[in-house]
Amino acid sequence: MSEYIEHNEDGVSVGLVEKKFFTFAEPPNEMLLENGDKLGPVTIAYETCGKLNADKSNVIFVLHALSGDSHVAGYYQEDDPKPGWWDIMVGPGKGIDTDKYFVICSNILGGCMGSTGPSSINPKTDKPYGLDFPFVTIGDMVQAQKKLIDHLGITKILSLIGGSIGGMQVLEWCARYPEMALSAIPLATTARHSALAIAFNEVARQAIMADPHWIGGNYYAGEKPDLGLAVARMIGHITYLSDESMRLKFGRRLQEKKDFSFNFDADFQVESYLRYQGTKFVERFDANSFLYITKASDYFALDDQHGSGSLVEAFSKAGGKFLVVSFTSDWLYPTYQSKALVQAMKKNGLDVSFCEIEAEWGHDAFLLPNERLAAMVKGFLDRVYSETRH
Amino acid sequence: MRFDLQIIASWIEPGSKVLDLGCGQGVLLHFLKEKKQAVCAGIECVESKVGKSIERGLSVLQGDINEEILDYPDDTFDYVILSQTLQQVYEPAKLIQSLLRVGKKGIVSFPNFGHWRVRLQLLLTGHAPITKQLPYEWHDTPNIRVISIKDFRKFSRDVGFDILREEAINTINHEKRGNIIKFHPNLRSTYGVFLIGKGKT
Repeated sequence: MSEYIEHNEDGVSVGLVEKKFFTFAEPPNEMLLENGDKLGPVTIAYETCGKLNADKSNVIFVLHALSGDSHVAGYYQEDDPKPGWWDIMVGPGKGIDTDKYFVICSNILGGCMGSTGPSSINPKTDKPYGLDFPFVTIGDMVQAQKKLIDHLGITKILSLIGGSIGGMQVLEWCARYPEMALSAIPLATTARHSALAIAFNEVARQAIMADPHWIGGNYYAGEKPDLGLAVARMIGHITYLSDESMRLKFGRRLQEKKDFSFNFDADFQVESYLRYQGTKFVERFDANSFLYITKASDYFALDDQHGSGSLVEAFSKAGGKFLVVSFTSDWLYPTYQSKALVQAMKKNGLDVSFCEIEAEWGHDAFLLPNERLAAMVKGFLDRVYSETRH
Repeated sequence: MRFDLQIIASWIEPGSKVLDLGCGQGVLLHFLKEKKQAVCAGIECVESKVGKSIERGLSVLQGDINEEILDYPDDTFDYVILSQTLQQVYEPAKLIQSLLRVGKKGIVSFPNFGHWRVRLQLLLTGHAPITKQLPYEWHDTPNIRVISIKDFRKFSRDVGFDILREEAINTINHEKRGNIIKFHPNLRSTYGVFLIGKGKT
């Protein structure tokens, strides 16, 4: 998703934040992964904003998507050019009000922004894991997050919130640790990756693996597969937009020229935009992490993993309150997928709210300023917070 | 709050579990939650109204009431409310049956087409009636069903549900106030409000 898009900064911020690290699963007590492999030690990078209250009842856990990280809001230093990726939602008086709630966000297992992933050093070889890194699932990511939450001494999470792959983690939490999740807000997400979503991911992965610099994932000593990763990111960006948003944002307008160049330079604004997004992405993201995380999202099927094929069964242990949100122009995780979640929750008699927000910006809408989304999140959190205190 | 909603609210015991079909911005649910400590849920099809309801801390989901009601287990709610919506429903019998499946009781209110103004307009002018309660032209009205209080009583016998309580009301002052009509209700009331229960069969 397009984290770190240009925000309209409103000047209100949670202020300075610090990235922290938690390491566990030191050998011989490695973490057992879903596929049977063992991994250890595991480090999870995380950040917090706001204050934890005395009875630890005001915890909001934000789960990030494919290319996000633990830096959800605020600044590392006064002169940082940009705040965290969801600064429009997380801060004083915002949708997730840091004056009231204690917000935690951690980098996912398999990522490349401080948590253990394929670019981390393998203690057995003293070299980066590369493809020796085991295949991690959404369930494994959540299992690692649970260790962090335990380490912080937290037993109940007031609300879990996340969009896209972050939304998958939200759902996984509710199925895996239902007693800890008092409420959840899955945004623009799905209970199982569709063939369409898997197809786009596969094309993106092929672009990386076809890059001559990828060399079987063993590129850390030399040049990186930047071209492949950039193309993968370009494909991603197409899926995050929509027909309508591309028409409004670019149309057929040309990029700084009056006529076609009759060569393969970027003539159209949409080409130039995609190239820019691609090149910008390679500066901050590891190609192998991209491969592993997209694969984890493709494997995700909550109904198979927690309900023997039934989504209703998958929510049978959940007891929290839900706010499910989809966006009209999201063609990566269309509304019918959110409605399937809502239906399964209703069949379990769960307290569920659902809104399909009218938005023209495609899948990325959940990361863009949206008053309706912020107001609903705020109203929902205030309700669950007051209801837990009765 | 609309007068028919005030009547509905007065029938609901504190602490009840309530579903409001077509809850709008959640005015009734908010009242029931605050004043009667009811556990509330609502279904509404308009995105902006759903948004407002969720913002004010209600559990509301966006969708078509005819479809969304199907997913709830039997007897999930103490009361299921259908206020001023029955006249817009394509398959009223089916919806009422679903309503009494997911709820132990139902409360239904609708504009009374048997009111004397309606009758008189048709008789004297020959035009399809337009009133404060039914303010549309024949070609742009969402109210595809015209129901009178007598019709609803007959409907209960045809479909097989019980009328546990009924109140005929005459509204004044932008529907916010009104009075209860005991004498010739089908002729004199603007709305009927019915508490219904599952039939014996």
